Amino acid sequence: MDLTYTDDQKAFRDEVRAFLDEKLPKRLSDKVAGGKRLTKEDYEDWHAILNAQGWLGVNWPKEHGGTGWDAVQRHIFEEETTRAHAPRIVPFGLNMLGPVLMKFGSKEQQAHYLPRILNGDDWWCQGYSEPGAGSDLASVKTTAVREGEHYIVNGQKTWTTLGQYANMIFCLVRTSKDGKPQEGISFLLIDMDTPGVTVRPIVLIDGEAEVNEVWFEDVKVPAENLVGEENKGWTYAKYLLTHERTNIAGVGFATSALANLKRIAGLEQSGGKPLIQNPFFAAKMAQVEIDLMAMATTNLRTIAAAAAGNAPGAESSMLKIKGTVIRQEINALTRQAVGPYAMPFVSEALDEGANVEPVGPGYALPATQSYFNNRKLSIYGGSNEVQRQIISKAILEL
Amino acid sequence: MNFDLTEERQMLQDGLRRYLRENVTPEGLNEATDSDTGHSEKVWEGLTEMGVIGALFSEDDGGFGGAGFDLTVVFEEMGRAGVFEPLLETGVLAGGLIAALGSDAQKAQIEEIIGGKVLSFAHSEPRARYDLNHVETKATGGGDGWTLSGTKTVVGHAAIAEAFVVSARTAGDAADEDGISLFIVPADAEGLTIRDYPLNGGGRAGEVFLEDVTVPADALLGEAGQAFPAIEKAAARATAAISAEALGLMETIRALTVGYLQQRRQFGQPIGKFQALQHRMADVLIEIEQARSAVINLAGHLESPRAERERHVSATKNLIGRAGRLVAEESIQMHGGIGMTQEYALGHLAKRLTMVDHRFGDSDFHLERFIRLSAA
Repeated sequence: MDLTYTDDQKAFRDEVRAFLDEKLPKRLSDKVAGGKRLTKEDYEDWHAILNAQGWLGVNWPKEHGGTGWDAVQRHIFEEETTRAHAPRIVPFGLNMLGPVLMKFGSKEQQAHYLPRILNGDDWWCQGYSEPGAGSDLASVKTTAVREGEHYIVNGQKTWTTLGQYANMIFCLVRTSKDGKPQEGISFLLIDMDTPGVTVRPIVLIDGEAEVNEVWFEDVKVPAENLVGEENKGWTYAKYLLTHERTNIAGVGFATSALANLKRIAGLEQSGGKPLIQNPFFAAKMAQVEIDLMAMATTNLRTIAAAAAGNAPGAESSMLKIKGTVIRQEINALTRQAVGPYAMPFVSEALDEGANVEPVGPGYALPATQSYFNNRKLSIYGGSNEVQRQIISKAILEL
Repeated sequence: MNFDLTEERQMLQDGLRRYLRENVTPEGLNEATDSDTGHSEKVWEGLTEMGVIGALFSEDDGGFGGAGFDLTVVFEEMGRAGVFEPLLETGVLAGGLIAALGSDAQKAQIEEIIGGKVLSFAHSEPRARYDLNHVETKATGGGDGWTLSGTKTVVGHAAIAEAFVVSARTAGDAADEDGISLFIVPADAEGLTIRDYPLNGGGRAGEVFLEDVTVPADALLGEAGQAFPAIEKAAARATAAISAEALGLMETIRALTVGYLQQRRQFGQPIGKFQALQHRMADVLIEIEQARSAVINLAGHLESPRAERERHVSATKNLIGRAGRLVAEESIQMHGGIGMTQEYALGHLAKRLTMVDHRFGDSDFHLERFIRLSAA
């Protein structure tokens, strides 16, 4: 039992820190730390910086231009980048589609799409959920009918995160109604510029248009855009979800949110004293910190097991539940900490260069927005209810 | 023992519920949110015509109610509909303070308030958080008139108010209860400026800046330096009102969520058939009933001696804060993605409910205060 990093791992951590010191633009880290709105260009800039270093394909093997890092190195990288307030890596091409293409895509698809993901030529989004298929993903209804050298796609996807920036979408589509719902699903790559594709933003309760509806009306998709075999899409979809769940615990996000909470609680005055000295509030902060300390180790245990070659199973469901509950509690405490200034909603103040002062301290609106926005954490990626179901079946065998 | 509403209050509740059901839609609320005034002139006019504001004042003051249960009946319906009209600011806070402390001449305004004139209460300050006694705004002068300087924060419906009741310190230090005075200041007074902005959960508020604003001697409300007990009582009444509003919000949220559990199908059946969700919805129901009792407790003790009244203020607001968070979070979770959207009716209601905990003290503030008041 050794809870510390090896010398090699420490050296790696120092290398990551040095890189971030040198290459992470202050303009970007200031925006992330200040809860400001990130633009498409901000994400693209950060991707390009990482790509120049060869560090964008964090969980890609070297043969495809990735880092080839092991689970511990990936964890260290994630820990350091969140600590430094780097923008997150947009996951749809890199963490979701990339691994699927490497495992199930044709040589041509790999050669065409993988470099484009790294170079930022394509911005991918995820066409999984539908209005009637959320936690019950296998009930997708969007259809793809083969006509000669094309599929004709009709239907609707929803909760498409950052779909407004995307030029490509990977979709689960129904190619057969025979058998179990899982058996008639295929995995299709669709160019968003094809006639018949419509994107409509959905404004969430934090006032931000982060997700979209994507409509398909007689969209002609070349048959070569099918990944793997027809009607085998469910296998690929599940494979993708296990990759979606890398870093599902969100330890880095939680750690940086907790640091932000402590900073705010030190600045806010309550009854003539800093809020951080209020025993009621301090107790709640301590409680969530204690939970986070333990969860960070649960996460490391899973990572160590993965580094030793054990594929994560239902453990990721535990991490998803505990990780999201902890982050949501930190967000709730942060909202509480800002007091009456949780109320003003001066959205323009979040834009870079907008000459609008926030009402009250600048950290107040991001605190409220994060609280409302992160209610999604326990809903998306398989709701926490679905995760509990997985645990009770896979681990408890109930 | 009788928990039924009186016939008059029952009629008020029925009429109000019918009016709001027929006149308030999610689209209308969105329009009101986006409008410059931050409320719906049409609904405000409708409420005025129904005499709803009069229900917040006693007969002596020209109204037909004014008791705790009148407030809670009215505000529960406001919550149920999710509206954000300036009822609290003008009818309970500014108007209530004028009714409590005003001279006959000052009280003449109450008739206009009942007729729809909007006043607001400019009290909270940037460093006050939830402490009612924290007033740094200064007023100097006396028999020849007063000069006010300071900053008031998150003043509800500030931009549409025709006048403000402003608290200012005429003696003592920032956190003293003694030495706080109230003044009636017209919105167009020279030196008074407003930064107007929208609020999370609907409606607008403003920062009110007072720079050497002069008012005549008769702008003073009540005795100089002696306003704190009236402010505390007005805040107690406002707490009862917004707690009832929270209860109304919870009731509508409950109906939406139960409806969704029955209608939404996943894995081949309505999600309301899953026991995991049934139990959680049952817990939500229990907490809403607790909230209803807490509102009744406070409404029934608004006229009690100060110590008893304030203990109920803190007990109720603490419970409403806790129940409100549970109801808002669980309803969003049980709805899933649709509950995260601005467009669906739940979002606005859940946000408004969440924001109740940021007004007049949050659940922790009142837990601490309850312990202190109970020990005294």
